[in-house]
Amino acid sequence: MPVRPSPSTGTPMPSVWEISKGFFTIGINGFGGVLPWARWMMVEQRKWLTPDEFIDMLAMCQLLPGPNICNLSVAVGGRFQGVAGSLAGLGGLLLAPIAIVLIAYTLLLQVAEAPVVIGALHGMSAVAAGLVVALGIKLAMPLIKKRDFAGFACTLAAIAAVGILRVPLLPALAVLMPIGIAVQVLRVWRQS
Amino acid sequence: MNADLLALATLFTKVGLIAVGGVIALVPEIQREVVEVRGWMDAHTFTTLYTLAQAAPGPNLLLVTLIGWYRAGLAGAMVATLALLLPTSMLTYILSGVWQRLRGAAWLEVVQNGMNSVTVGLIAAAGLLLVRSSAVSVVAVLISLATVLALLFSKVHPLWLLAGGAVLGALGLV
Repeated sequence: MPVRPSPSTGTPMPSVWEISKGFFTIGINGFGGVLPWARWMMVEQRKWLTPDEFIDMLAMCQLLPGPNICNLSVAVGGRFQGVAGSLAGLGGLLLAPIAIVLIAYTLLLQVAEAPVVIGALHGMSAVAAGLVVALGIKLAMPLIKKRDFAGFACTLAAIAAVGILRVPLLPALAVLMPIGIAVQVLRVWRQS
Repeated sequence: MNADLLALATLFTKVGLIAVGGVIALVPEIQREVVEVRGWMDAHTFTTLYTLAQAAPGPNLLLVTLIGWYRAGLAGAMVATLALLLPTSMLTYILSGVWQRLRGAAWLEVVQNGMNSVTVGLIAAAGLLLVRSSAVSVVAVLISLATVLALLFSKVHPLWLLAGGAVLGALGLV
């Protein structure tokens, strides 16, 4: 179970209400990526975590299964207020965006036949697709810069397996994850 | 519980527990399941839901909420979202205590680098699939390409690009 220290930044311990308010601002501000907002709210605005603590908690949340930002709300809420804090963080983060997207979708269905709407959605979909490709390229760049070509080969293998051959994710991960980790272990071992 | 809700619950519980690298890395698997295996929607509808989730404020998880809504209304939206979140949140809650002892361990960074090299590929695969299913015209492909270049070589906010795509499309150019 999470230990519950007060923030090491010296600010008073956030209450359940403050936790839900904090994550609410992350949720409704998070256009196209919530992590920059999450860091700003927790480290700079409210000073719940030091920069190092934030990176540390984020690393854990990225390692665990599930959406990273949701995991982060559970971990940070839980650290300060236990189960109630986790629920407050998760609820604060999600309730408003869920309501907004469902209302937007319902309104969209009313006008879905209009050529203007169909066209706008086509244009936005093309942009949304490009955003993901760019994200993939940006994340792959460090591998090339480090000259980690074996690691990059794992990236290409994942693209081929899941994007082209359409292998189910579970068997693909079962094969690729151990190889990906072994490649990095070998890399460290060779460098030392 | 009716069959649709049960199917949503089992699908997104499973998908949530193998969600490494965030929801975008899951897009290929979710699309494979709901479009190719189960035939709940066509690839074009899937892309529209993805776009809507992306254009709305909040986490990418909203894609799952919308798929649940599309399949089984409000109950479907709630079941799909909770199925994804409950098991992973419980795991995070329990493990965040243990983490204090693991943090900073050298082997952890090595494991993380290994996982990253694979999840980057999943995200790129998601991008390829979305480009393919949003390619309704040559202009659409050019817009995707321009978006990639804009993001790699400028600091423009993605929301402006989405707005630009919407305007071009509304004018009937896509």
